[in-house]
Amino acid sequence: MGASDFSKLPHIGESLLRKEDYRFLTGAGQYTDDIVLPNMHHAVFVRSPHAHAHIRKVDKAAALKSPGVIGIFDGNDVAADKIGGLPCGWLITDVNGQPMKEPPHPILALGKVRYVGDHVAMVIADTLENAKNAAELVDVDYEPLSAVVNVLDAMKSGAPSLHEAAADNHCYKWAIGDKGQVDAAFANAAHVTKIDLTNNRLAPNPMEPRAAIASYNRAGDDYTLYVSNQNPHVERLLMTAFVMGLPEHKVRVIAPDVGGGFGAKIYLYAEDVCLTWASKKLNCAIKWNCDRSEAFLCDAHGRDHVTHAELAMDKDGKFLAFKVHTDANLGAYLSTFSTAVPTILYATLLAGQYKTPQVYVEVDAWFTNTAPVDAYRGAGRPEATYLLERIVSRAAWDMGLTQDEIRRRNFITEFPYQTPVALQYDTGDFPQCLQKANELHDIAGLEARKAESKAKGLVRGVGYSSYIEACGLAPSNIAGALGARAGLFECGEVRVHPTGSVTVFTGSHSHGQGHETTFAQVVASRLGLDPSQVDIVHGDTGRVPFGMGTYGSRSISVGGAAIMRALDKIEAKAKKIAAHLMETGDADVDFANGEFTVKGTDKKVTFGQVALTAYVPHNYPLDKLEPGLNETAFYDPTNFTFPAGTHICEVEIDPNTGVVRIDRFTAVDDFGTIINPMIVEGQVHGGLVQGIGQALLENCVYDRETGQLVTGSFMDYAMPRADDVPDFRLGHVVTPCTTNPLGTKGCGEAGAIGSPPAVINAVLDALAPLGVKELDMPASPSRVWEAIRAAQK
Amino acid sequence: MQVQLKVNGKPVTIDAPPHTLLVQAIREHLKLTGTHVGCDTAQCGACTVMLDGRAVKSCNMLLAQAAGTEVTTIEGLAQADGTLHPMQAAFKECHGLQCGFCTPGMVMSSVSLCKSNPGASSTEIRELLEGNLCRCTGYQNIVKAVQQGAAAMK
Repeated sequence: MGASDFSKLPHIGESLLRKEDYRFLTGAGQYTDDIVLPNMHHAVFVRSPHAHAHIRKVDKAAALKSPGVIGIFDGNDVAADKIGGLPCGWLITDVNGQPMKEPPHPILALGKVRYVGDHVAMVIADTLENAKNAAELVDVDYEPLSAVVNVLDAMKSGAPSLHEAAADNHCYKWAIGDKGQVDAAFANAAHVTKIDLTNNRLAPNPMEPRAAIASYNRAGDDYTLYVSNQNPHVERLLMTAFVMGLPEHKVRVIAPDVGGGFGAKIYLYAEDVCLTWASKKLNCAIKWNCDRSEAFLCDAHGRDHVTHAELAMDKDGKFLAFKVHTDANLGAYLSTFSTAVPTILYATLLAGQYKTPQVYVEVDAWFTNTAPVDAYRGAGRPEATYLLERIVSRAAWDMGLTQDEIRRRNFITEFPYQTPVALQYDTGDFPQCLQKANELHDIAGLEARKAESKAKGLVRGVGYSSYIEACGLAPSNIAGALGARAGLFECGEVRVHPTGSVTVFTGSHSHGQGHETTFAQVVASRLGLDPSQVDIVHGDTGRVPFGMGTYGSRSISVGGAAIMRALDKIEAKAKKIAAHLMETGDADVDFANGEFTVKGTDKKVTFGQVALTAYVPHNYPLDKLEPGLNETAFYDPTNFTFPAGTHICEVEIDPNTGVVRIDRFTAVDDFGTIINPMIVEGQVHGGLVQGIGQALLENCVYDRETGQLVTGSFMDYAMPRADDVPDFRLGHVVTPCTTNPLGTKGCGEAGAIGSPPAVINAVLDALAPLGVKELDMPASPSRVWEAIRAAQK
Repeated sequence: MQVQLKVNGKPVTIDAPPHTLLVQAIREHLKLTGTHVGCDTAQCGACTVMLDGRAVKSCNMLLAQAAGTEVTTIEGLAQADGTLHPMQAAFKECHGLQCGFCTPGMVMSSVSLCKSNPGASSTEIRELLEGNLCRCTGYQNIVKAVQQGAAAMK
């Protein structure tokens, strides 16, 4: 079934209330820390208090005598058991054709610690309290070393060196685009706009901290790992095949209810492997629940880029060429997808919505004494959008154009469109998104609102951001050619029960996105059922055939498409059964609204009758057809999907205090087909607030000298709260994706991608009359106040 | 140390060390795991319960301090037959939750704030919810839910 027919089915486009809500609203959700297993012990990790140090000795003697302790392990114990280090899932090849440098990433530090929070030892005891007490008695003798936390410091000669395998802290230099063509275009440009900016480091902070329980069953020589994770099959694949050398069928990974992910729960973490390994050594179940303070230290962070870029234009503000140099901070070790974020997921988006003929991007990636940096909501695409949309608005101001006019002059309007940085956009309508956003925002009333603000002694400004992202990750062959070490397809199984109800097993994982409702709508609409007759199972390698999980706004476009493929198979087989029941040829049977009919007759059988026949095959073509109605499909996309839109932010600033208030915020997005508008709007709200958080509040700060994390708790790291953000004005343009059977593009990250430059452009627009030209995120009151004072000197 | 209190309408006696936090007693002793722990600095509000009708962060007080009080957790909010409390129903109808982790604390805070500020405006609701963090929803639908729940509670 194609996207056009799909979008017309019943339940598609309906804001059905969520099936999963009842358990969450009544306290019946089951998150990892809610699970108690028999013979369960508790693990606490001894973490490095130093950003960089040699480990002279780990003395466990006193701790081992502490009450309740059953085991303490350090890096030497891991090495003795030949447990490998954590793998990086994406190999980047540098500009000289050499593989990136890949230093070892041990699950417990061996000889050296490289960031505050690095894992030194694991203490296991009968109670959490006993484990904590014993952990304090583990005596680690450190020889502290100088640390480097900023990417610009890491590249200096003589900077502290983290890894023998990368003595200069350099992981790779990577580039995309035609530098010669870009340089030629710059030589003929009427105007060049330049920008230097920092994309601030963020702590993802899903509200449920990470947690895991590993258990080992000696009778079957198998393991079960409960873990708060976005992709249990990937977790299992990485852990068994790459680290522990275990056969996959001996490990079951269950990601039960998961309290948010935002990228931070994609990765295989050291704790997960340590627990699994130790559960066999100690023959028991072991739980680890991350404290929030611990999460700040050791969850993978996001962003942390420093960039210089230049945009060449003709005299009318048409873009001729764009060149970019970015230094990316990878942290102390390579996390699972870290290397793809500042390259494949970033540079390929730098054409944006514009027909810039030439783009050249060069990226240097560096190790520092900080927590590993990896994908965080948007992953590379927010960094690209922030850069591009900042420089486009700056260019508008340089050229004396409005922010929307410069965008209109450069929008891509014909599809498919091949960008100069590898991607081919299948569809979109960028001018319509912009126009609709202008209308919804009431941009016509801006001048009057500015005057009102001025009368109150305040300044007001407006900022635009027209973003595009590549979602629906990803065609496996393309990803493989770009260095991915895994496939990026998805799997779905549709199990029709004898009474006609359905259970669907999906490799996607829901940790807030509402799959149990949206996916049920898809299946119910195809089979003519009520969504209450369809249950969705996810997050268990023991029940779901396979899966690549949830990230990159891929669930509906890839996971949903796999289910659609399985439904195609169900429908094809069911038609054969129906044809038999109605004594006609397969080709004469139609299926719609849950009924099979014979063309040109009034004969019909219901889906329920066919399901029952499949399982009670008394009158059944057993010579030609197997009984049962249960189909599995794998779907590998042929292209990325390209959600896009325009966000407009309007701020009011008090120049006396530097406080920025978002007065209104409009987002018009094109997500292709929308299955459940209520859920989609919820995703946009959440994404926008995360983006606004980055723009105004959030900043992960390490002390430059000591490498200590300064923002290590919710007391120091400013999370957006209800009174920090406004209600949003949302609109949609729908150009269905042409490469998947649903026409969907994905909506999970758009808010976080589009909003940061809209906010900062608005702040800069408001502050322009005060002489402020540049400002880095977060635009906190103190930074804004200082910028105003500096400009007035 | 033995502490007696009422939880969700039932008298309970909890035998626990004196330094036991109320949230530990609720989650570990009473196995009421709907009350969550999302931080260690009393900032996130995921552990919010009602204590004598008032919302408190159960990570931020000792079990001993709750002796003789009446505690309501998220498990005690719906009716015995499973019918949702109007505030729970409003959260569902307004899509005021996504991953569900902050939800029990958010709902308890909302019920409490509606009792003490029945006519709160959306701006006031945003201020009154300042003690509860949500990373998923962007708060807009939570505010809508609180308004709808407040109207239904009147």
